Amino acid sequence: MTTNAVMARGGLSDLSIRNLFIIPTLVFLILINIFPLFYSLILSFADYSAISGKPPIWIGIRNYRELLNDPHVWNSFYITLKYAIISVFGQLVVGFVIALLLNRKIPGKGVITTLLLLPMMMSMAIVGLFWKLLYSPSWGIINYLLGIGKFVWISNVDVALLAIAITDIWMWSPFVMLLSLAGLSAIPQHLYEAAAIDRASRWFTFRRITLPLVSPLLLIAVIFRTMEAFKTFDLAYIMTGGGPGTATELISIKLYNMAFPQWQTGKSAALAYIVLIVIIGVSNIYIKYLNKAKER
Amino acid sequence: MPEVVSTKARFFNKIAVVIVLLLTVVYLIPLYWIGSTAFKPRSAATTVPPTVFFKPELTPFVKLFTKRVQLRKVVSQEKYDAAAWYEKLVYDAGERIITNSPFLNRFWNSIIIAGISTILALTLGTFTAYGFSRFKLAGENDWLFFILSTRMLPPVVVAIPIFLMFRTIGLVDSHAGLILLYTALNLSFCVWLMKGFMDEIPVEYEEAALVDGYTRFEAFWKIVLPQSATGIAATAVFSFITAWNEYALALMMTNRKAQTAPPFIPSQLGSGMVDWTTIAAGTFIFLFPVAIFTFILRKHLLRGVTFGAIRK
Repeated sequence: MTTNAVMARGGLSDLSIRNLFIIPTLVFLILINIFPLFYSLILSFADYSAISGKPPIWIGIRNYRELLNDPHVWNSFYITLKYAIISVFGQLVVGFVIALLLNRKIPGKGVITTLLLLPMMMSMAIVGLFWKLLYSPSWGIINYLLGIGKFVWISNVDVALLAIAITDIWMWSPFVMLLSLAGLSAIPQHLYEAAAIDRASRWFTFRRITLPLVSPLLLIAVIFRTMEAFKTFDLAYIMTGGGPGTATELISIKLYNMAFPQWQTGKSAALAYIVLIVIIGVSNIYIKYLNKAKER
Repeated sequence: MPEVVSTKARFFNKIAVVIVLLLTVVYLIPLYWIGSTAFKPRSAATTVPPTVFFKPELTPFVKLFTKRVQLRKVVSQEKYDAAAWYEKLVYDAGERIITNSPFLNRFWNSIIIAGISTILALTLGTFTAYGFSRFKLAGENDWLFFILSTRMLPPVVVAIPIFLMFRTIGLVDSHAGLILLYTALNLSFCVWLMKGFMDEIPVEYEEAALVDGYTRFEAFWKIVLPQSATGIAATAVFSFITAWNEYALALMMTNRKAQTAPPFIPSQLGSGMVDWTTIAAGTFIFLFPVAIFTFILRKHLLRGVTFGAIRK
């Protein structure tokens, strides 16, 4: 910021450089992200199907009223919440435990860490696809390794959501692990030395030193993952397509089905807005904590 | 704490190392499995119990790139001998090649679309990051959060109006359309990440350059940009991977001409001629570059996955 004090000689002024550098990005993002949202806000008040060739009929807030009275929509929100809780909790436990185990001198630690991080860098759609192979009831390797015969995972109403969550946990626990490792390595070693001199128990040390000092980063990990879990589409769509029945119809899948295969454009625009409001609520919390983390 | 380590603690440590190694092996089983399935003969892919040892072959990859029909009669010896190695593999499987499969085209689409959108997002993003990093702007944080918030939108939410707009201007199933969307997707990421990298470059360098008579743009171009080379490279790789992996928008906005690999590979599963070894081969080719990139990026992963919020 202090460079403003030094006047650039010749060339463009700092002010015009700043505007030239920033404004195109803002305009572009508004054009691609905000402008369409206004368009769909208008559509959300219409009875309109994009493939019917008929013009939109204005029906006020009927779309919203119908959606909020639709038990299927509420069910989708409920499934999404359940999914988010299972998968984020799973990632938190698995990721943190691996980080605790990894947080010591281990031969080849760098390579091991990177290998563990591979799943989260991969395409959710492709990961979902090959986990379908692993989950196959008759010849899948999961049933074989667990020795549970021909257990049905993906087309089983009771466990399909869990099956998707397990895949998500496999994919994203490394993310929690990565953040936890950063937190763990930042804990000053002398705290542990002091605890050892005081003959503090392992559990006490963990609860009073490790956990409090890592928790800010764990919180960030949880918020990141909760946001993503709420938005989950790829994994569930590839693995189950929302089925069997509506057992895994997450809100984004519900929205997709309404918007594209069923072409209820107006109504889906309204549902998109309901989802958007929930997302804004969640991301406000997220941004608040992200800011806090930056200030540390 | 070398002196205070008791034998008990040392034992505990050893156990932890063993558990970590075991966990890593278990963790990598899915990846190993998909990788090995890509090299299996078709008959070995879906056996009970699963086949672990087999003679690796390239047939799944040949099948991936070709369309084939069942052989009606045995191929004559001369014809077999004259055939190329990949044709022989297909003959061995009792089939014959009729033409190329669309896979190569989809794969190429993925490269083009991810590549161009990365270049665009990175260029715009680097300039913008410099603007935010070095100059005061009213409501600076609000603008930065606006930029970040565009990334929070679920793709399905924006897809409905964008699809209609694209249809009006003829961008549905076009490379340009998807490039535009991926550029927007990665732009917020590039701004945040590059701002983080640029904030770490001391302003004194530019101040010295400005005193020496550089213009502001020259100072940016000749001093700051070379200093942020590592950051630019890391950001580029991250953006490329994001666009490469993207599925939802590609599914909704493309169906043939500009379709990328992620929606294409799963869509092949139901189409009769394709078996799991072929799907695995496609997956293998698709994931392999990402695995390489992950190793290249390993020092920047933490920063990358948290939008530059956390730096090591």
